[in-house]
Amino acid sequence: MAILRSVVGSGGARGSAASVSRRESWARRLPLLPAFIYAFVLTQIPFALTVYYSFFSWNLLKPGSFRFAGLENYAGLVTDEHVRTAVWNTVLLTVSVITISVVLGMAVAMLLNSEVFGKGIMRTLMIAPFLIMPTAGALIWKHTLLNPLYGLLPYLLKPFGLGRVDWVGQFPMVTVVTVEVWRWTPFMMLIILAGLQSQNPEVLEAARVDGANALQSFRRITLPLVRPFIELGALLGSLFVVQTYDSIYMLTYGGPGEDTTNVPFLLYLVAFQGYSIGQASAIGVVAVIITIIVATFALRTLFTIFQVEARR
Amino acid sequence: MTERKLRSPDHRARPRSAVTLIAGLVLVLVGVACSGAGGGGGGGATTITLGSVDNPSMTDLKKLVPDFESAHSGIKVNIVTLPEDQIRQQVTQDVATQSGRFDLFTIGTYEVPLWANKKWLENLDPYIAKDSAYDPGDLIPGIKTALTYKGNLYAVPFYGESSMLMYRKDLLAAKGITMPDHPTWDQVAAAARAVNSPNVNGICLRGLPGWGEQLAPLDTVVNTYGGRWFDMNWNAQLNSQQWKDALTFYVKLLKDAGEPGAGSAGFTECLNAYNNGKVAMWYDATVAASFFTGDAAKNSGYAFAPTKVKDWSGWLWAWTLAMGSASKKKDAAWTFMDWATSKDYAKLVGTKLGWARVAPGTRTSTYSIPEYKAASAGFAQVTLDSISHADVTHATVDSVPYVGIQYVDIDEFQQLGDQVSQEFAKVIAGNQTVDQALQKAQALATDVGKKYQH
Repeated sequence: MAILRSVVGSGGARGSAASVSRRESWARRLPLLPAFIYAFVLTQIPFALTVYYSFFSWNLLKPGSFRFAGLENYAGLVTDEHVRTAVWNTVLLTVSVITISVVLGMAVAMLLNSEVFGKGIMRTLMIAPFLIMPTAGALIWKHTLLNPLYGLLPYLLKPFGLGRVDWVGQFPMVTVVTVEVWRWTPFMMLIILAGLQSQNPEVLEAARVDGANALQSFRRITLPLVRPFIELGALLGSLFVVQTYDSIYMLTYGGPGEDTTNVPFLLYLVAFQGYSIGQASAIGVVAVIITIIVATFALRTLFTIFQVEARR
Repeated sequence: MTERKLRSPDHRARPRSAVTLIAGLVLVLVGVACSGAGGGGGGGATTITLGSVDNPSMTDLKKLVPDFESAHSGIKVNIVTLPEDQIRQQVTQDVATQSGRFDLFTIGTYEVPLWANKKWLENLDPYIAKDSAYDPGDLIPGIKTALTYKGNLYAVPFYGESSMLMYRKDLLAAKGITMPDHPTWDQVAAAARAVNSPNVNGICLRGLPGWGEQLAPLDTVVNTYGGRWFDMNWNAQLNSQQWKDALTFYVKLLKDAGEPGAGSAGFTECLNAYNNGKVAMWYDATVAASFFTGDAAKNSGYAFAPTKVKDWSGWLWAWTLAMGSASKKKDAAWTFMDWATSKDYAKLVGTKLGWARVAPGTRTSTYSIPEYKAASAGFAQVTLDSISHADVTHATVDSVPYVGIQYVDIDEFQQLGDQVSQEFAKVIAGNQTVDQALQKAQALATDVGKKYQH
């Protein structure tokens, strides 16, 4: 996260930096230094330690097991079947959650951007899932809605013969994706709505006068305009969905089997069920590298939007 | 697009607010991602810190701490309460790094011999010797064996349990069934199938993955079916016929007459189902009976853990107080342990909080207190006998190189047990067969066994 901040910081200052003298530029930086040091100490030292530990074989439960292991931990990641399953689950989860929530978010944003009755209340209600704590949300889903003994959904589906379906057990990935989509749709909706509201209605009006129907003006005018917003939402969203942990812990605990074990949850299992610090660190380092790659794309999109806005 | 009014010029300002909104969202997210938990500490005369699991008995202990502090003015007790898996992680990290954050902690029978072996725990025998009133001979034999390592006690029990069969006498009687005191699994299965109806299921058995959840009852079934995790040479035995029979029996019973959604039912879910009259029987921890209400409290019968080949198949678990060898306040810590596990503590809980709240399964003398006997009439004797007969060193039909009844007392078992139970949960959900699950489990166990073969 410090990387994110520092990139944002340097990006903003770059343009004028060349024209001011060294002393002046230091005088500008000085007040920022405490914040920078604080962020650096809190984020980069643990990260450096993680990298360090990833080269050691160390199991907390085995006193005296601490030894240099070179790239053993990383080599283990490539061959380990559990890691492969976790990576696949992460990709599956991220892609489906982002795709579905972008589509739904777009639909809701379009609805809220038009003149409908009760727009204000609807907007507030739509944002709610994003504001509920992930853990609390997952628990409500698991117990109040989906529990086969006393849940709401099995009760409502009873007339259709689906009253005894154990959703979490029988369709674990579908359940996790559903809960995550519920959580991330408002986020996508907010970002896309921001894009829609920057649209000049006169252009749409003109298109209508020229004989374009609703679908045509959506495809040719609205969609290209909000595309950067969708990209941004998708990239920022993936950044966080890749790290999904709370809802998996609460809903399925990575199971049944390994059906919903993603990379962060595997890391948790290796670190806190197996207490293999070295191996867990290696997984952590790889996960961070992947996240940085996604984050870089996200930031680039963000700056493209800022630049376009600045030019107006 | 429906017809809409032209917007007023001030909507031009919107784009900037859009950017502000996005920037704000990013900041919020960054902030959320970076925020973590902070720790706290305290100073004073002698403050001892106890890392505790959040079960009802420990909550009661927390309430009675002022009683201890007023009797021992030099000692303050700080109790950190966390759910089971979290306290386990925190305490493990603390003792493994010997940082001494916790002077005392609650650990289970699983950890005591393992941690004593690593010299993470303080030997309590010298402390017990100093207090003539402590009477370690009064601790229930099965529990005492489980907490002893090389002849010395390394932890003292605060709460103990075995497993038993609980059943609704009225529901079984309606089908003309009487449950014997020592039932076999075949009798239990037949009864479960007989009483099973759309509204009331036959039996509740844990299916929730986890070595401390689903595997606890399942392992006792495997034991009494003659199965074992490893043979004397640490060869994994999960592909044996006994395992196959036991797991097939368990899964089939759940499918035919078990609770719906068995894959996510643990102790809490089953307690809920039994208390609400949704299941007629329940095989689980002996402590469960003290949480019964309504019909469940009035009409329940209690039988010993069901058997197949091996008799006395009940499990054994205790929450204990143990002292970290890295603690710098050992004498104060012992004073508190002594008080909290003494004979008088049970009486204090009984008089101050009610006799039903006394933690079961630690001392034989507790079971001779008339008020406690009255409060736990139906299940006190079954509990005491089950715990007394539970032997962590002879739990299986064939001999094994490990101790433990519903677990294998090795470091790797937490992870192994969790992974294996996940595979079994997949069988319960109907997403793979018994053979597939046991094949994967055998591979996982073989990897672990190899570490002990040289």
